[in-house]
Amino acid sequence: MKRWLPVLPALWLAAFVLLPVILTLKISLSTPATAQPPYLPVLDWSAGFEGWGSFLEALDFANFETLAGDALYRDAALSSVTLAAVATAILALIGTPIAHAMARAPERRQPLLVALLIVPFWTSFLIRIYAWIAILKPEGLLNAGLMRLGLIAQPLEILNTQGAVLIGLTYAYLPFMVLPLYAVLAKRDPRLAEAAADLGAGPARVFWTVTLPLARPGLVAGALLCFVPMVGEFIIPDLLGGSDTLMLGRVLWSEFFSNRDWPLASAVAILVLVLVVGPLILFREDGATAREAGR
Amino acid sequence: MRALDRIALTFGLGFLYAPILILVVYSFNASALVTVWGGFSTRWYGVLAADAPLRAAAGVSLAVALASAALATVFGTLAALALDRGGRFAGRRVFTGLIYAPLVMPEVITGLSLLLLFVGLGLDRGLLTLVVAHATLGLGFVAVIVGARLRGLDGALEEAAADLGAAPGRVFATVTLPLIAPSLAAGFLLAFTLSLDDLVIASFVSGPGATTLPMRLYSQVRLGVNPEINAASTLLVGTVTALVLTASWLTGRKGVA
Amino acid sequence: MASTRAPGPAGLLTCAGLGKRFGAHAAVADLDLTLQPGEFVCLLGPSGCGKSTLLRLIAGFETPTSGTIRLGDTDITADPPHRRPVNMMFQSYALFPHMSVAANIAYGLTGLARAARQARVDELLRLVRLDGFGPRRPDTLSGGQRQRVALARALARAPKVLLLDEPLGALDRALREETQGELRALQRRLGTSFLVVTHDPGEALALADRIGVMEGGRLAQIGDGASLYERPANRFVAGLLGDVNLIPGRVPDRDPGGLSTLDTALGPMRARGAADGEGVIALRPERIALARTPSGDGRALPGQVVETTYLGDRIRLRVRMADGSLWRVSAPTGADAPGVGETVHLSYPPERAWLMPAAG
Repeated sequence: MKRWLPVLPALWLAAFVLLPVILTLKISLSTPATAQPPYLPVLDWSAGFEGWGSFLEALDFANFETLAGDALYRDAALSSVTLAAVATAILALIGTPIAHAMARAPERRQPLLVALLIVPFWTSFLIRIYAWIAILKPEGLLNAGLMRLGLIAQPLEILNTQGAVLIGLTYAYLPFMVLPLYAVLAKRDPRLAEAAADLGAGPARVFWTVTLPLARPGLVAGALLCFVPMVGEFIIPDLLGGSDTLMLGRVLWSEFFSNRDWPLASAVAILVLVLVVGPLILFREDGATAREAGR
Repeated sequence: MRALDRIALTFGLGFLYAPILILVVYSFNASALVTVWGGFSTRWYGVLAADAPLRAAAGVSLAVALASAALATVFGTLAALALDRGGRFAGRRVFTGLIYAPLVMPEVITGLSLLLLFVGLGLDRGLLTLVVAHATLGLGFVAVIVGARLRGLDGALEEAAADLGAAPGRVFATVTLPLIAPSLAAGFLLAFTLSLDDLVIASFVSGPGATTLPMRLYSQVRLGVNPEINAASTLLVGTVTALVLTASWLTGRKGVA
Repeated sequence: MASTRAPGPAGLLTCAGLGKRFGAHAAVADLDLTLQPGEFVCLLGPSGCGKSTLLRLIAGFETPTSGTIRLGDTDITADPPHRRPVNMMFQSYALFPHMSVAANIAYGLTGLARAARQARVDELLRLVRLDGFGPRRPDTLSGGQRQRVALARALARAPKVLLLDEPLGALDRALREETQGELRALQRRLGTSFLVVTHDPGEALALADRIGVMEGGRLAQIGDGASLYERPANRFVAGLLGDVNLIPGRVPDRDPGGLSTLDTALGPMRARGAADGEGVIALRPERIALARTPSGDGRALPGQVVETTYLGDRIRLRVRMADGSLWRVSAPTGADAPGVGETVHLSYPPERAWLMPAAG
């Protein structure tokens, strides 16, 4: 009976995860056409081997050449990775003290704190990003508040800039950074910090030499959970970014929905996959080494 | 140091909740201008109640979320059992990779690749393709949650059942399943929420006549801030908060977190 | 190495040539064991000696790499756990947390009518002195109560052999001694064969009719407590069952009269038992007599006290012998106990010392 357990889920995953990705790769090597479906060539199954021959001959790397040659796509790729990396760094900086504080809170209050962190995650992502429009726009609440305090004379242009995208990314992914960090810090033996303090380390040295190194696996997991989906993020740059904020997810979206260039959209998808799979393998190795070292 | 902890928590939770609270407060604003307070009013809830397309979209979303979460729970649990109990089987690494792929793959790629598949198969885009896409997304999350529970299970419990004469089927039904049931419920709830929340994948794989709530909201949000959306958001946030609090109260009370 | 492959009477449970390999590691190797009806046998050994694996092989959770397991005349080697008429009490108890105590005990009682099942559960609850605990959940019970529920559950199907994996390991010391007596009395009353795994020599001595000492996946020796303590098969068995002085030497010739002589660094020493060539004498500390003056027969060995430890009922001494070796001596507590630095003369009755082969 055990032998048959994987069959059903494996069939599902092969059909709806593996096959689609292979298809995307294939179409990224095709040529757009005004047809239904809007790409060439379409494999002619009835033509047998010859059909395969002409099909393979018609495939080319033109879409990837376009991506590499056009500054627009190069900028999009660069700014996707840069924005995701900067946001991940900001998250690590503000997430660590929050997770640390949660782990040090009285034990009976910790479940409540975790619940408070998770509740926003269960509410609509779209709505939470939408809420920031009202805050960040020129006549929005942030500018109104700052002007009433007399800190600025003119409304700041925040909405539709990369700054707004960074705020949105930080806001939306904060729980994904804090939760893995908290999980690691809460399991840690509090006596380790006490032992370090007993040996004469001040609070700062305890944090740098004991707490932070022990929190490393959580930091790696959190960074992974944030960086990877951020690279392909669509909603945040679309709602909060300006027309000049190009991120790969948004480029893919507009190639597909506006330009109806399915092959180019597929090429962008493959590019993102490569950009994402790279750090994934890198971080995985790192995480594995960290776990090994922890033994 | 304790003071620093307090500051970190206040800042963190304030940052998370302020935008949501502002949204809720302004949903009761009499003025149509979002940033100008025009007095308390429930007028936008009236507008919302009369919005038939939005109600229809909510119905589509609920139906898709229920069906896809059910599928995801069944297949995700099978996948978790296969990984935990199946021993070594051919392609185990690929299988594991495919389970985790939808968890980390950006939604635009999941959406695009599934659409290409549906077009290639000649499937009409609509409710069915939505359910399949969301079930695929939820499957991985269910497998992770159920898998964690299975790994935490004391293997001696199932051995004890077999030792007392229970055949494998009875061991599963009377011992394994009741013990992993909380994780199945949690997985279902997560898959349900993910489906209800998804805009990007749905935009790719759904067709005319199958507009989900996020798709409908998105088309309005793109036009700018709108008090009716604030009212809809408040209802959504209130419902979800009540559900999460009830769920955590229930599990906390039974002592099976 | 005491071979137990003697044909003997067909037992209730018979393991023959049993082996289990995990990769390159042999957890159990070429093991023969026979359990008689109504017998209480303890498997004793340090962790990793294969005793738990042996229990799991008999219960059916592991498949042996070689050998057979028979129950009476039936070969059960290939039977899955749920078809074997043996039951196991787990070290962690493995009580189903989502079921009441009564439902736990009733789990194995399929095929009984409702009333009969209820009667059997009540009977078992009485047997382990937990009347009225049926509706409780396992997590509301104390450790000792859980242990008794696990025992009742494992006994519910009236198994021919009950396997117990460290049954008292999770209890604190005071409770453990009390429970030892109860377990022994229960086994006598039921007449069920018990096979118990333990790492505690005191527990094995207190419980078992026979003790099987396991070392590296093999049965080093099996026998009653006294024979293992008095006549160990090798150094490992001698050391496992209590403090012992091991004095190596050579056997010049065998003495058919019963006592052998061993040439040691301290001169010739006599003991029971036998060895060819290299031999070791096992001498328990409490068998050594201690005197301030040399004995009349001149056989007493002189030494100097280097350490004394007061243990209440006796004094433990370490004595440096003429060849530099340290002996442990156990002396009764008294006003005339020698102090550190004093010279003492040690003697022992040769029939209470045991000579065994040096190898093995």
